[in-house]
Amino acid sequence: MNSTNIQYAVDVADLTVAYRDKPVLWDIDMQVPSGVLMAIIGPNGAGKTTLIKSILGLIKPAAGQVMIFNKPYEQQRHEVGYVPQRGSVDWDFPTNVLDVVMMGRYGALGWIRRPGTKERKKAMDALDKVSMVDFAGRQISQLSGGQQQRVFLARALVQEASVYFMDEPFQGVDAKTERAIIGILQELRSSGKTVVVVHHDLQTIPEYFDWVTLLNVRRIASGPVADVFTEENLRAAYGGLVAFKSHAGTAINNSLK
Amino acid sequence: MEITEVLYNLVFDYTLRTVAMGSAILGIVSGALGVFAVLRRQSLLGDSVSHTALPGIALAFLLTGSKAPLVMIIGAAVAGWIGTLFVLHIINNTPIKADGALGMILSVFFGFGLVLLTLIQKMPNSRQAGLEKFLFGQASALMVQDVVIMAILGGLSLLLVAILWKEFKMLSFDPEYAVSLGFPTRTITIILTTILVIAVVIGLQTVGVVLMSAMIVAPASAARQWTDRLGVMVVLSGLFGALAGVSGAVISSLTAKLPTGPTIVLCISAIVVISILFAPNRGLVMRAARNYMNRQRLITDAILLDLFELGIQHHDPHYAHPSSTLKVMSITRGNIERSLHNLQEHDFVQEIGEDNWALTESGVRKAAILANRMEEKS
Amino acid sequence: MTPAQIEIQLIAAVVAVACALPGVFLILRRTAMMSDAISHAILLGIVLAFLVTEDLTSPFLIVAAAMTGLLTVLLVEILHKTRLVKEDAAIGLVFPVLFSIGVILIARFAGSVHLDTDAVLLGELAFAPFNRFVVFGVDIGPRSLYLMGGILLINLAFILLFFKELKLSTFDAGLAASLGFMPWILHYGLMSLVSVTAVGAFDAVGSILVVALMIGPPSAAYLLTERLSTMLLLSALMGMVGAISGFWIAHWADISIAGSMATMIGVIFILVYLLSPGRGLLASVRRRVRQKWEFALAMLVIHLSQHEHQPEAVNECRADHLTEHIRWNAKFAQQVVRLAKHRNLIDETDGRLNLTSNGRSLAARKVVG
Repeated sequence: MNSTNIQYAVDVADLTVAYRDKPVLWDIDMQVPSGVLMAIIGPNGAGKTTLIKSILGLIKPAAGQVMIFNKPYEQQRHEVGYVPQRGSVDWDFPTNVLDVVMMGRYGALGWIRRPGTKERKKAMDALDKVSMVDFAGRQISQLSGGQQQRVFLARALVQEASVYFMDEPFQGVDAKTERAIIGILQELRSSGKTVVVVHHDLQTIPEYFDWVTLLNVRRIASGPVADVFTEENLRAAYGGLVAFKSHAGTAINNSLK
Repeated sequence: MEITEVLYNLVFDYTLRTVAMGSAILGIVSGALGVFAVLRRQSLLGDSVSHTALPGIALAFLLTGSKAPLVMIIGAAVAGWIGTLFVLHIINNTPIKADGALGMILSVFFGFGLVLLTLIQKMPNSRQAGLEKFLFGQASALMVQDVVIMAILGGLSLLLVAILWKEFKMLSFDPEYAVSLGFPTRTITIILTTILVIAVVIGLQTVGVVLMSAMIVAPASAARQWTDRLGVMVVLSGLFGALAGVSGAVISSLTAKLPTGPTIVLCISAIVVISILFAPNRGLVMRAARNYMNRQRLITDAILLDLFELGIQHHDPHYAHPSSTLKVMSITRGNIERSLHNLQEHDFVQEIGEDNWALTESGVRKAAILANRMEEKS
Repeated sequence: MTPAQIEIQLIAAVVAVACALPGVFLILRRTAMMSDAISHAILLGIVLAFLVTEDLTSPFLIVAAAMTGLLTVLLVEILHKTRLVKEDAAIGLVFPVLFSIGVILIARFAGSVHLDTDAVLLGELAFAPFNRFVVFGVDIGPRSLYLMGGILLINLAFILLFFKELKLSTFDAGLAASLGFMPWILHYGLMSLVSVTAVGAFDAVGSILVVALMIGPPSAAYLLTERLSTMLLLSALMGMVGAISGFWIAHWADISIAGSMATMIGVIFILVYLLSPGRGLLASVRRRVRQKWEFALAMLVIHLSQHEHQPEAVNECRADHLTEHIRWNAKFAQQVVRLAKHRNLIDETDGRLNLTSNGRSLAARKVVG
C-alpha cells in the first residue's frame, strides 16, 4: 500500500478476478516504480494475461483498483500503451503495416478525426525504430511472426505513452527480432518509461529485466530481480516443476555473478 | 432485345427504372456494410436479421394498421435489432457459440412471426398479402416511394460509415486494443449493428428473407479478392452489389417468369465465382499458374545443378549426358523433356547427338550462380 | 382428442426427437447454421426431382433433396478450403445460390403446380394426416409418421453405433484424427442425417421449424449439462414438449402450428436460460453477488491477520480505516464488518477489530488456497 508518498507508475491493489467460482487472480498487490523494465512470470494458467487485461480494463475484476501515477486508470489511458499477443487478431484483415501502426494515434485523435501527415510521420518514425520502414506498404498477411510483433510494438510506441504493457512479445519470434525488441525496451527504460512484460522464458530474466513479479493466482513476490528472482520464490511460483528448476538454477547463478 | 432498347427502358420505363434503382441501392448499401459483417466473422448476421425482422413487420401492422413501407421498415428494424441483441447476449453469457445463437434466434423469431401472420390472416379486413411480399421479396412491386426511403436510409448509413471510418476499422481489426485506447467499443458496436440492420431491412422488399444473406456476404467476399485495402474493398463491394442489382433487374425484366430477387443473387454469385477464380493475387487460377511456374523453375534449376555436378565428376563442364540419366536424378521423376527444351530455348543447354544434353557456356555460368546460392543458404 | 389430433401430435413428437438428435452434434461441433443452409438448399433438390418425376409424393424427392443437402456441405467445404473466404461466409454464399436456382425453376416450370415456396418454407402439419400410407390397400396411418419414424430410427442407430467415435471427434478432433479413423466420414455421415431429416421433416413442418427443432432444444440442453448422453436425452425431451405444447396452443388460438411450435421452443429456452442451476442467468447473478461478499470477507480477515501483531495494528485494524487501506467505500465497509461479525469471524472492542478463532482459520485457509 502506498503509505509513503512515492509515486508509482503502476499501483495495483487487491486485484481479484474470478471465473465462475474460481479465482483466477487473488488479492494482487503490485507496485511498479517508474523507469523500470519489469517481467511478469508464472506457470501456465497463473493469470499473467488476465492481470494485464484487468489492469487495462478489458476484464472486469471482482475487486481491486489500479492507479497509474496516482490517478485511476480510466483517467490515465493516454499514458498507457498496449502490445497484445500476436494471436489476438486476424492477420488476413485487408490493411497494411503503416495503417496498423497509425491506429496507435487513434486515441489521441479522438472521435471522427482522420489521421493526417502528422500521424503518418510519427508512424514512420516508429517503424524506423523497429526497422520496418521498408514494410510500410506491406499487406499484414505477408508478415512473418517477428515482423508482426514489431508492427504491434511500433503501434504501441506511437501512442507516446509513459507506461507500456506487453503480453508475451517474444513468443514464437526469431532470435534477431527478440534482440531488437529487447533493445528497444531497454531504450524506453533509459528514457524514463516504465515497461511491464508478460514473459515466458526464465533463462533471459536476469539479462533483460531489472524488476520481476512472480505470479501464480496470488502474488508470490515482486521487486528487483536481484532480490526477488530466487530459487525459493521460483519454487513457490512454479510448484515442483523440476524442469523449470534446473533452468532457474542456471539463470539464478548467472544473476548472482 | 437490343442493348440500346434495354438502356432506353432503363431510363424511360417506370417499372424497370424503379426496380433497377431500388436494386442498385440495395446492392450498394448491403455491399458496403456487408464488408464489416464479413470481416468481423458475422457473415450470417444478415441471415439472422432478415428472419428476425418478420415478427417486427407483423407487429408493426397489427399495432398501426398501416402497410406503409416506412412503418414496415421501422418494425423490421426494431425486431432485427432486438434479435441481434439477444444473439450477442447469448454468445457473451452462455457457452453457446455464435452459430447456435444465430440459428436459434432466427428460427424462433421467424416462427413467432408466422404465428402473428396467421393471426393477421384471421382479421376481418386483412390485406396481409402485402406483408408476405416481405417474406419472399417482390422487386417488381417496388414503388418510387419505396426507393426513396431506401435511398435516404441507405445514404444515412453510408454517411455514418464515412464519418466513423477509423472507428469501424479499428473495431473490426482489434477491438481489445480499441478498448485499451479508451474507445467506447460498445457504443461503436451498437452503431455498426444498427446500420447493418437497416441495410438488411431495406433490402427485404427486393430479394426477400432467405436471399438477403447473400447480399451481405457475397459482394464483400468478391471484393476481398481484388484488393488488400479496406477502403477499396468497401467501394468495390458496393459497386459489385449495384452491378448485380441492376443486372438482375434488367435480366429478369427481359425474361418471362424470372423472379428478380433470385436473379440478382445469381448475378452476385457469378461475380463471386469470377473473383475467386480470376482475381490477380488471390485468385485460384493465378495461384495455380504461379505454383506451376514455380515448380517448373525448381525442376529446371535442379537439372542445371545436376549437369553441373556431373560435369565436376567428369572434369568437363560440358560433358553430355543422356536424358535418361538426368531423368533418374530429377526431382520430378517424370517427363523432363519439356524442361530440357525450355532450358535449350534459353540457351542454357544444347543437345549433342541423339538425346544427349550438355551445358552451354551461359548454362555453366547460371549453374555456378545457383550452386553458390545453395552454399550460402546452408 | 380426435384421432387426427393424436396423429399430429405423434408426428410432431417424432419429428422433434428426430431433429434434436443430430442437432446436439451440430451445436457441439459449431456447425449449427448448416441446418439453416441445408434446409433452404434442399428446395433445389426437391424441384429437380419433381420436374423429373412429376410426382409430389415420389420417394425420389427425398433422395434428391438429401443429395442436395450433401452438395451444400461439399460446396461450403470446397469454398472454405481455398482459404479465400471464412467458414461462415462460405455458408452464406452457397445456400442462397441453390435456393435461388430452385425458386427460378419453380417459377419457370412448375408455377402451375401446388409447389409454391410458401409450403416449402412453412410446411403445414395440419395436412399431414391426409397423406396416408397405404400398404396392400390397408390404411396404416399418415405417411409422415412412417417417414419420420424411419428417419428417427436411422438417426438413433447412427448415434448409438458410432457413439464413442462421435464423442471423441466432437470433443477432441485432433486426437480423433491422430487415432486414425477419419473424422470426415463422421462429419459427412452426420450431415447426411441432417439433410435427410430436414427433407423428411419439412414436408410436415417446413424449413424454419426444422432449424428451430435442431438448434433450440440442444441449446437449452447445453445450458443444463455437459455430458453427451444427458444432452441427447434432454434435447429429445424438450423438443417433444415444445412440439406438443406448440400444437395445443396453435389448436386453441387457431394459428400456424409450425410457428407456434417454434415459439414454444423459444419459450422453453428462455425458461432454461433463466432458471438453469449451473449456467442460468439467475444462477450467475446470485453467484456474482455471493462472490462479492465471500471475497470481501476473505480480504477482511486476511488483512486483519496480516496486521494484527504489528505495531500499526492499533490504526490499521480499525473499522474506519478499512476505507483507506482496502479502498472500500464507507457504506460497503460497514456492511462487510457487520456480516463478518454476524458470521462470528471478528468482534469489535473500542472501534478496533479483532479476529476470532473462526476468522483466523478462514484467513489461514484462504492464504493457502
